[in-house]
Order: sequence, then C-alpha cells, then structure tokens
Amino acid sequence: MQFEMPSLIPVLPELFLLTMTCVVLVVDLFLKEEQRIVSYGIAQASLLLAIAVVYLTGSREAEVLFYGSIVRDPMGDVLKMAIYLIGAGAFLYSKDYLLDRNLFKGEFYVLGLFAVLGMTVMVSANSFLTVYLGLELLALSLYALVAFDRDSKIGSEAAMKYFVLGALASGMLLYGISMIYGATGSVEFQPVAGAVAQTGKDNMVLIFGLVFVVIGLAFKFGAVPLHMWVPDVYHGAPTAVTLFIGSTPKIAAFALAMRLLVDGLEPLHADWQGMLVILAVLSMAIGNVIAIAQTNIKRMLAYSTISHVGFILLGILAGTSKGYTSAMFYSIVYALMALGGFGIVMLASRRGFEAENLEDYKGLHDRSPWFAAMMLLLMFSMAGVPPTVGFFAKMFVLEAVISIDMTWLALVGVFFSIIGVYYYLRIVKLMYFDKPTDETPLTAGLDTRIALTVNGLLMLVLGMFPATILSVCARAIGSS
Amino acid sequence: MFADWPILSLTIWLPIIGGLLVLASGNKAANATRWTALIISVLTFIVSLPLYSSFDTSTSNMQFVERAPWITLFNIEYYLGVDGISMPLIILTTFITVFVIIAAWEVIQYKPASYLAAFLIMEGVMVGVFSALDAMLFYVFWEAMLIPMFLIIGVWGGPNRVYATIKFFLYTFFGSVFMLVALIYMYFQSGSFDILGYHDLKLGLSEQILIFIAFLLAFAVKVPMWPVHTWLPDAHVEAPTGGSVILAAIMLKIGGYGFLRFSLPISPDASHQLDWLIISLSLIAVVYIGFVALVQQDMKKLIAYSSIAHMGFVTLGFFIVFTISANPTAETGAMLGVEGGMVQMVSHGFISAALFLCVGVLYDRVHSREISSYGGVVHTMPIFAGFMVFFAMANAGLPGTSGFVGEFMVILASLRADFWYAFLAATTLILGAAYTLWMVKRVVFGEVGNNNVAALQDINHRELLILGSLALAVLLLGLWPGPLVEVMDASIANLLKHIAVSKL
Repeated sequence: MQFEMPSLIPVLPELFLLTMTCVVLVVDLFLKEEQRIVSYGIAQASLLLAIAVVYLTGSREAEVLFYGSIVRDPMGDVLKMAIYLIGAGAFLYSKDYLLDRNLFKGEFYVLGLFAVLGMTVMVSANSFLTVYLGLELLALSLYALVAFDRDSKIGSEAAMKYFVLGALASGMLLYGISMIYGATGSVEFQPVAGAVAQTGKDNMVLIFGLVFVVIGLAFKFGAVPLHMWVPDVYHGAPTAVTLFIGSTPKIAAFALAMRLLVDGLEPLHADWQGMLVILAVLSMAIGNVIAIAQTNIKRMLAYSTISHVGFILLGILAGTSKGYTSAMFYSIVYALMALGGFGIVMLASRRGFEAENLEDYKGLHDRSPWFAAMMLLLMFSMAGVPPTVGFFAKMFVLEAVISIDMTWLALVGVFFSIIGVYYYLRIVKLMYFDKPTDETPLTAGLDTRIALTVNGLLMLVLGMFPATILSVCARAIGSS
Repeated sequence: MFADWPILSLTIWLPIIGGLLVLASGNKAANATRWTALIISVLTFIVSLPLYSSFDTSTSNMQFVERAPWITLFNIEYYLGVDGISMPLIILTTFITVFVIIAAWEVIQYKPASYLAAFLIMEGVMVGVFSALDAMLFYVFWEAMLIPMFLIIGVWGGPNRVYATIKFFLYTFFGSVFMLVALIYMYFQSGSFDILGYHDLKLGLSEQILIFIAFLLAFAVKVPMWPVHTWLPDAHVEAPTGGSVILAAIMLKIGGYGFLRFSLPISPDASHQLDWLIISLSLIAVVYIGFVALVQQDMKKLIAYSSIAHMGFVTLGFFIVFTISANPTAETGAMLGVEGGMVQMVSHGFISAALFLCVGVLYDRVHSREISSYGGVVHTMPIFAGFMVFFAMANAGLPGTSGFVGEFMVILASLRADFWYAFLAATTLILGAAYTLWMVKRVVFGEVGNNNVAALQDINHRELLILGSLALAVLLLGLWPGPLVEVMDASIANLLKHIAVSKL
C-alpha cells in the first residue's frame, strides 16, 4: 500500500492535529510547573490553525480516499470547523478552573486534543471501521478525562461507570457492524448501501445489525433508554471536563448518525426511523421531566442534554435533506449553548468552591449583572424562547417532522418543551428574583469575559440572523 | 408623504435599541436615564403618528408595507404592514408606553434603568406583534414579549411575584407552542409563512378545526377567556403598576387581535362551527367573572377580573357575526359586532390603564391594595378622587365615555343575533356598575378610614398629567368615536366578506 502526497492533502487537518498533539505531549515534558501555559498555548493555536487548514484544503465535492475508508466532504468540513472552534472555547473556559484546582496539566490538553482528533476521524469516516476507530479514540480520551482529578472519589466512580457502560456500547456497535458485514460483505458505506438496496429490506441479519448499531449510537448520544451514564458523568467529572463532554461530542454524535444511518444504511430508513422515534420521544419526555427534580445544576444540564438529543434525533429521523440540515443546525447551536452554560457554571465557581447547586445561583444578577444577563440568554435559548437561536433550532426540527406528516410527533415535542421551560425559568428566577446568599464577586480573566460575552450575545445575534449558520448547514448537507 | 418611509421598522426598533441604550447606561445616573427613556418613548409615539395621519381609509389592503427576505431556506420574510385593525392598536401601544414611563418616575427606585429598558423593549416587540405579516416573524415577536414581562413581574413585583410570573410565563407559553405547530403545518400547505397567504389557503373542515383549536389555545390564554384566565389576577396583583398597565392595556389586546388576524380568516368554517363555544365562554366571562369581581377585596384583583369580563365582550362581538349573518333581516349587525369589539379593545386599553394607574397612585402612598385599607380618600385627595370616579364610571360603561361605545355596539349587535345573548351581555351594565362603583364607594367616599388616609397628599403634576391625558382620551373616544371607527371600516368589511365565503 503506497500513499502519494496529493492523497494526503485531504486528510491534512487530521494529520496536522495529530502532529500538534504529539508536540504538546513532548514539549510538556520539558516545561516547568509555572510554564504550563505554553502547552495550553500550543493546544489553542493548533485548534485554531486546524480551522484554517480545513478551510484552505476544503473542496466543494465529496472525495473518497484511502480505498474507501475516509471521505472528505463539505458537511464534514463544516462539522470539523465547529468542533475545533467549540473545542477551543472549551479549553479557554477551563483554563482558570484548572489553574485554581491544580489540575492545569499538559495531559489535559493532550487528552482533549486526542478526543477532538477522534471526533474528526468519526466525522470523516467512510467505513464502519473508521467510524469505530474514531469513536474509540474519542471514548478512551474521555474516560481518562473524566477521572482527571484523580483524588476525586466521585470523579473516579463516574469514570468507571462511563468506561464499563461505554465499552459495552462499543461492543454492541461492533457486533452490529459485524452482522452488517456478514449480510452485505463490506464495511464501506457505499457498497453496504448498494447491497442493502439490492438484497431487500427483509434481511433479518441486516435488521439485527441495524438494531445494534442504533443502540451504540443512542449510547453515544445519551438518548433514553441508554442515558444512564449522562447525569453521573456530568456530575462526577470536573466541570471543565463536563463542559468538554457536553459540547463538541454532540456534534460528533450527529456526524456519527449521519455517517452510519444515512451514508451507510439509507435504504433501511423506514426501519431506523421507527427506532429513532421511540428514542426521541423517550428522551424528550424523561430528560425534561427528570430535570425538574434536580438540585444540582450539572445534573440538571445533563438531563437537559438528554432532552435536546431527542430534538436532534427528530431532525435526523425525518430523513429529508432539510431534516438533516435542521439537525446539524441544532447540534451546532446546542454545542454553543452547552459551552456557554457550563462556562457560567465555571465562572461562578472558584478555588475551593464549586457552584454546583442551584442555590448557588441565587442573586447572580446582583453579583454580576452582565454575566447574569448572558446566562439568561443561554437559558432562554435552551428553553427555545424567541428571539434566541434556540427557538429556531427547535422550529426547524419541528418543521422537518411536520414535513413528513408526523405532526403528532411535533406536538409531543412542543408539549415536552413546555415542561422543559420550567427548569430553565427556575435558573432565571434564582438569578434575578432572589437575593444572593453569597456576596463574593465573580472574577474571571479578560479572555474568559470576552469569550462568555461573545458566547451569550451569539444566542441573540444568531436568533436574529439564523440564516447565517443555517445556509452553511444547508449547503454542506446539500452537496454531500 | 410618509408612505415610503420605513415607519413600522422605526416604531419597532427605535424603542428596542433605545431600551438597550438605557439598559447599558446603568442604574447610577437615574435621572438622566429617566429622561432618556421618556424622550425615546415620546419620540416613538411621534414616529408612529404618521401611521394614523397618512393612513388610507378607503382600502383594506396592507399599508406601510416593508418586505425583505429573512431566512430564505424556509421562505421566512421580514414582512411588515398594517391595516385598520392593527393600526389603532399600534398607536395605543406607543401612547400608553409614554405614560408607563412617566408613571415610573419617582416610584421605581430599584434598578430604574433596567425597569425602563424592559418597558421600551416590550413596546417595540408589541408593535412588532401587531405589524408582522409573516407568521414566523409574528411568532418571534409574540414569544419575545414574554421575556421582559417575566422579568418585570419577577423583579419589581409584589411578595408572591415568583409564583405569579412563572404561572404567567408557563400559561402563555403553553398556549402558544401549539399555535407554532399550526403555523408550520400551514407553511407546508401554502409554501410560505405569509399570513395573507394563509387567509386564502383552502383547508378541509377537520384541518380547520384543529388549526382553530391550536389558535384558540394561544389566544384564549392571552385574552384571557374563562377558564384559562387564572393567571391574569395573579399576574396583575403581583406586577408593578407599569406591568399591570401594559398587561391590561395592550397584551390582552394581542389575543383579541389574534382572533381577527388568524382564527377568523384562516379557519372561517371552523369558526362558524365552533362559534357557540366562544360565545358561551365569552358570556360566562361576562356574567360569572362579573360576579367574581364583585367579591374581591383587592383593588387590583377587582380590576383584573373586570378586564376579563370586558374582554369577554370583545370575543363575543367577534364571534356573533356568524349568527347574525345567518339572519337575513340583520344586514349591518355583523359589522357592528366586530367594530364594537375593536372599539372595546381600544377603550379598555385606556380605561384599564387609567384604573391601574389610579391604584398605583394610592399604592405608592399607602402601600396597600386592599379596599379595606382605604375610605374617604375624597377628603384628602379631591382631585384624584374626581379622576378615579370618572374612570370607574367609564369602566361601568357610562354614556359619554369610551366604555359605553364598545359595550353598546356589541350589545346592539348581539340583540340581532339572539335575544338571550344580548340579555346576558347586558347584565354587565348592572354588574360592571355594581363592582366598580361599590369599590369606589368604599375607597373614595365615606368617612376618612384611618390615619394613613388622613395623611394622604393629593396627586402631583406628574400624576395629574398622566390621569388627565387618559381622561381626555376616554372622553374623546366616548363622544366622538368616528375617527377610530372610520379607519377600521374598510378592513373589517373586507374581513367579514372574506369569512362569509366558505373555504371548503
């Protein structure tokens, strides 16, 4: 097997990121404790440069490489850029948090970059095996990250739980892939899709394989009934890691679904549509209802994630290009919202104090009117109230569902979003209507302040001009 | 001369951007902030005036139209325009907001900049609701209204404000999401979100009924109609004076406006089929809620219940048209009903605003809304007492005030529909007089009730200005409703012509 230079250009972003990750790993060895900022700098620079690399090497046509195992298409490019950008945001928010807790170590960035690399491999996968490769790279990095604070009992417990369940889910996925291979004789998406279309849809082995693939997928999304790990991991992990897990992997999960179900198993649409309907309805129901009972904000946001996943699934199951566009829009917007939400959680925490309980947000408006306003925007955006962008994310998804004559599903969706509004309002209520019990002013570096401001205002600006991202998504989906 | 200017956009965005400026100016220099807010609101009112002066009364077409693509992928447009139904409500909004700003002058000491900013932003958003001709734009404005109101009640409200504001938000949100689904559904039938396009959309009866119910959920909560009215008394009681004024004077009207803009023209057959439902709910509101108002101990609650009863008239006026049209001897009755409903909306906007401001005046001095905390206010506040009695009379429908015109038109129209409708509706003349005048008797007249009342100071120039202007408006509209009826004539005639044609 020989590679020629031109064939390496399309995978340049991944190669670049891999190289830079290794650079961070090596450079970090030679740094003194107070020079760690250099590792952070390299990590940030490589993520931002990677965006440029994607942009410069991108093409308008889909290109299949390496004997059908990698694809480079506009959808992948957009998703990768979003992952890099939001990943960089996650690193930025977590810097102060890690510094305050003596967790500011080079390994955080190495693991984080490997996770990002895993996600982008998943995004550009064109065969079931590449998908699996990327998924495992992502998952292994995340297991380690969850246990990053090694003295934290709850963190280790969460990591252990995550690992055991995650390994099980990966096994299921792999099992499903093996059945699909058995039924079709290939692991690449196009031959699989071709074979499925030919052999007909009644092939029992194929459907069986599909079920296992969907189970693996649902686990990675955190969709009900495979959501059990989400609250524990979100709660147990250091908030910096929760932020990371809560944001970009949702975009990666969307890519995973697109690659597996749409690129690979499109002819089975009718089958997986039914499965996703069940997952979506359960996720929206359980996520929203149980979130009300939470007193810990990280757990609350975990359940809120589950409900948002339900909405993303609504877009995917529609099976139309507008549906995929809306799901893509939703997942990017959701990653931005989660980034900002956990960013505020970290801002409200300080050395020796984790602002984890809802009570800790009492009177935030008196302590810092500006950041309370940003949190307000983020919460209303998550609740889906116009004029924030969260509304448009929901609306586009509902539109996709109604377009395939599943109006009842849209009604179920809006019904649970009414229930969901309550717990977001509760945060606003605590911030604005209650008096603070803790008067410590919020402190943050200039970089965090600017990033949070941009992040919060983005909810409003994108809400007024949703067409900006939407048209990018539409173009990306349309040409792949 | 103003026809080509983007007046609607100006009226929407001037207060919103102004509000953001006020918000940014912070709470430190309170006086400068107040003046800025006042100037912005007055400016907005002036900017909105050409909508009336340059309005072409001879046509039912949309005027001052602005149209630009917004989200092209889904064919969503930034599409504004007004007709005779929405224009008076826009002027009402810009007019009332000025007084809300003035009313807050010395009263709001806690974060005044945020308070004023919230009302300015609200103003822009409400104008947006009335002028949007794209369903999605309408929905965005409609929901965006909730956020400032939620904060106004929650931050500046009374002791039980958190319960009231969350209830308010959830009720309204509950109503409106189903409307969203209906709007999207129709998008797939017509290919765009153009509201006027929806009007001409052919829909089957069962579709229409489902759409009608979705709209009903949204608008009935907003109006509010019995039995989904319970959020209103809570919200009113807890809201600061300005919040109550905006709620009663304008937000409730948005529900009524929704019936005219969406329910009736989009689903005329369903409206015809289900008009008995709306008429019964309206009559229950008029009669039952009238009795409920009678027993209230809290002035704001009493006015809140009276608002519900008065809004019952509005919906009654809108939905008796089908019964009247079925009756060949009554020709202009349908017109009278809808116009009466519209006049009632505008008039109630003035009167309820004035009454809440009156209660605000008392509350600022005594810090109680209980009727029993007062008595004999006339001895210490003669000028104020005069205004309060006047507005109470207007609320009870005294001829010569605007309250009479709307009620009379609706009762007259319902008489052509069915004697019993008119009979039940007319009980409001007794009930309304009973609950308002009894309240006035207990608060204003009699012996001086206690030391608090004895120490009262009469209204100052600021309050005189507010109440005086509103009194003038109420009187003007009562004596000479011609100009108002004239602007909506063409639009309402067109609406009635439209709904007379079955879509099936």
